[in-house]
Amino acid sequence: MATNGTLHGGQTGTQIRLTGVSKDYGLATPAVDDVSLTIEPGEFMTLLGPSGSGKTTTLNLIAGFETLTGGTIAFDGKDVGTLPPHKRNLGMLFQNYALFPHMTVAQNVAYPLRERRLAKADITRKVAEVLELVQLTGRDDHHPAQLSGGQQQRVALARAIVFGPSALLLDEPLGALDRNLRATLQAEIHRIHSEVGTTFVFVTHDQEEAMNLSDRIALFNNGRIEQLGTPEELYQNPRTLFTARFLGDSNVFSPLAIGDGKVTWENNVWSASTSFADAALVVRPEDVRLGSPPPDSNSVNATVRAVEYMGAYRTALLSFGSSGVLGRARLDAADTSLAPGQQVTAWWPVAQQRLVLSKEPS
Amino acid sequence: MKARTVDPIPWWLKLIGAVVAIYFILPTLFVIPMSFSEAATFQFPPRGFSLRLYENFFTNPVWLDALKNSVVVALLASVLATVVGTAAALGLHSLRGRLARFARTLLMVSMVTPAIVIAVAVYISFLQWQLVGTFGGFVLAHAAIGVPFVLVSVTSALGGFDPKLLRASASLGAPPLRTFRTVTMPLISRGIVTGAVFAFVTSFDEVVIALFLRSPTLQTLPVQMYNSVTVEIDPTIAASSSVVVTVVTVLCLVLQFARKGR
Amino acid sequence: MNFRLLYFRTMVLRKQWLLLLPALALLAAVLLVPLGRSVLQSFGSPDWTLDHFRALFTDGVTLTVLARTALTALAVTAIAFLLGYPYAYLMTRVGPRMRGILLVVVLVPFWTSVMARNFAWIIILQRGGPVNSFFKLFGLDVVLYESVGGVTVAMSQVLLPFMVLPLFSALGGIDRKLLLAARGLGSHPVVAFWKIYWPLSRGGVVSGMILVFTLSLGFYVTPALVGSPKQSLVAQLLGQRTTQLLDFQGASALGLVVLVVTLVLVAWANRVGGTISAIGTVAAAPAAKDKP
Repeated sequence: MATNGTLHGGQTGTQIRLTGVSKDYGLATPAVDDVSLTIEPGEFMTLLGPSGSGKTTTLNLIAGFETLTGGTIAFDGKDVGTLPPHKRNLGMLFQNYALFPHMTVAQNVAYPLRERRLAKADITRKVAEVLELVQLTGRDDHHPAQLSGGQQQRVALARAIVFGPSALLLDEPLGALDRNLRATLQAEIHRIHSEVGTTFVFVTHDQEEAMNLSDRIALFNNGRIEQLGTPEELYQNPRTLFTARFLGDSNVFSPLAIGDGKVTWENNVWSASTSFADAALVVRPEDVRLGSPPPDSNSVNATVRAVEYMGAYRTALLSFGSSGVLGRARLDAADTSLAPGQQVTAWWPVAQQRLVLSKEPS
Repeated sequence: MKARTVDPIPWWLKLIGAVVAIYFILPTLFVIPMSFSEAATFQFPPRGFSLRLYENFFTNPVWLDALKNSVVVALLASVLATVVGTAAALGLHSLRGRLARFARTLLMVSMVTPAIVIAVAVYISFLQWQLVGTFGGFVLAHAAIGVPFVLVSVTSALGGFDPKLLRASASLGAPPLRTFRTVTMPLISRGIVTGAVFAFVTSFDEVVIALFLRSPTLQTLPVQMYNSVTVEIDPTIAASSSVVVTVVTVLCLVLQFARKGR
Repeated sequence: MNFRLLYFRTMVLRKQWLLLLPALALLAAVLLVPLGRSVLQSFGSPDWTLDHFRALFTDGVTLTVLARTALTALAVTAIAFLLGYPYAYLMTRVGPRMRGILLVVVLVPFWTSVMARNFAWIIILQRGGPVNSFFKLFGLDVVLYESVGGVTVAMSQVLLPFMVLPLFSALGGIDRKLLLAARGLGSHPVVAFWKIYWPLSRGGVVSGMILVFTLSLGFYVTPALVGSPKQSLVAQLLGQRTTQLLDFQGASALGLVVLVVTLVLVAWANRVGGTISAIGTVAAAPAAKDKP
């Protein structure tokens, strides 16, 4: 068991390869359905998805808290399918911290080192080192109940990385914290990832958190990976309507009649090309403009429903076309020219529109 | 997304659970079959099938008198315990401080005092006060040990009771007594009924104090059952046990039903 | 304003105290005055003496009986712990429906009539009864009726709820994620249980044990009916001194010893686990019953 890895740098972490992984509880649909995913050494991989999408189950399968019903999981090419959790050498961070309430901060952090039978002096040194890393020096003798939620999560983080795990698994670790604290700890996790350099597997249903932290995101839906890629790829080039809707706001036009280099929505004919037979057209609010359309753009009639002031910008709530499907456009913060009920023309550059598979999650 | 397979319940734990569950209900399982026996002894398994023991229980004047005494004592004791216990719970509800806490502890103390210690002390004093072998003695003693049950159940009913309601009622023009009758009573009545049933059952089933307070002419059902084992070897106790178990169970079910009915 | 007047105004004139008076009067008549008189008697008033207490230690019987009672109580406590811990643990693990069933089963001893229950134990444990027949299958002639062993079995059954209920509330408060965390940090499941779960449950264990031990000390009916007169426990000795020997002073002294030990232990259990209130509500199923 690799317990000699030092805390800072020099560590690249473990590659985690999931091949055709399934978990079936015998319910109507499997919780995890044929998932294949390779998490590279040192990568920050986020498993993102709504609740019940299989992301947490996948994490528990990696941790060994669940048994596979299909497929294989390998760490650095070595199959770990039957290895019990305590032999996988993974750090784990839980939403409710899971600190041992009858132990002090130092005892909590020392726990995994004691289990690995390290020498006393080494334990003391490593505990001090990691507490410094999470900025909790001097709290050694406090009990968890004496700490704030944010501090508790730092202790849990220290405990999860102190023994130099092959990877750190984070199960919605920020879910229980309030907004400000969440932002602080996000930055903290980001910093510690770059300092420790090991593989991070992060589970969340919060798309903002996922976009801020991740090298890559695996977006889960109904037990499968809907799309895998960097945050930019997922946001800029969603392949499906589910992805487009889950990450950021989208104006969605569907169904479309698809022709050669053209698509038709209601009676608007737009230039677009797609290979999908069943496609929807998606435009982000920040790409939608109001006014007379220039060349190389597509446009549609819209009615202003409301204008919301967001501080840095304004959002116009629009209803498009004759069906009145709702959408949004981002305006300048200073733009106060629009009033509810006003008829406008909305347009966007052709290059900014995306055609996605309109298959909806069942 | 509960982690179900993470730690399954091991089979041996389920086995222990089943064994302990059987241990809990074992005596009850034996009482009823014994009551239909034809034999004049305590032998098991029971021989034959007859209602002879029930017939004896409901016709023999010794058993009938004991049953009647138990019912009368339990009724009077539970009424007394319910009245004073409810009053005390209401009084304590609005009182704070060390003295109130002390009073509550004092009223609860019979719950943890060994019955034999109470019985001996009560016997010695009641002998002098000439209460041994009297209905009054039985009722007083049983009411005292019933008070904690009433106190607990009425207090817990009051726990969910918002004192603002009293002010609301007063502000609407109701004098204190009417407020009690129309607001407080309906809200805590279930607690009172529960406490009364507990007090009744406690008295009806009490045997230790009763053994000390009995006289040749006045004894309760549990005392007669005790005699039937130690002195008479009278299997009628099986029928009596079944009747008592059935009555208590029915009372429980009624209580449970009354709770759900609201 | 003098203190007495202050006291009178704050305490007596507040009408709520009047509501307590009937209950306190009843309690005084049945418990406080008799117990107080009994305490006085044990010190031999009017002439103060400790002779009655000294006699307890020198009569050659009381000490033996007290030791036997304590040993029986220990055995009952051990059985209640060994059976009650897994049962309470199981209760925290099963679904809500099964938990309801298990809880009802725990409460069955509370609701089974004292005499019916003891009668049943005589049937079960007597010579020729089911337990005896069971052991005969293995060529053993074990008769638990009229022995301390039988008393222990019968007492453990009715006292188990006092172990299970505080334990259930203690174990229910332990976050099972802690066990997962420990396993993730490298602990074998058994080690995780021993280092994490067990220490967290110890408060419930201690208070349950004290409670069971304490309540065992006062059992009267079960040892009298299921046990043997030759192996009596302290409650029987107390009864015998009172009704047969009419040694009220000796009985009062012994009763005082039992009472003080009981109250001290209960107060301790209350401090350790804060469970008396919890027990109070559950035991509001007639628990005081075979506190026989």
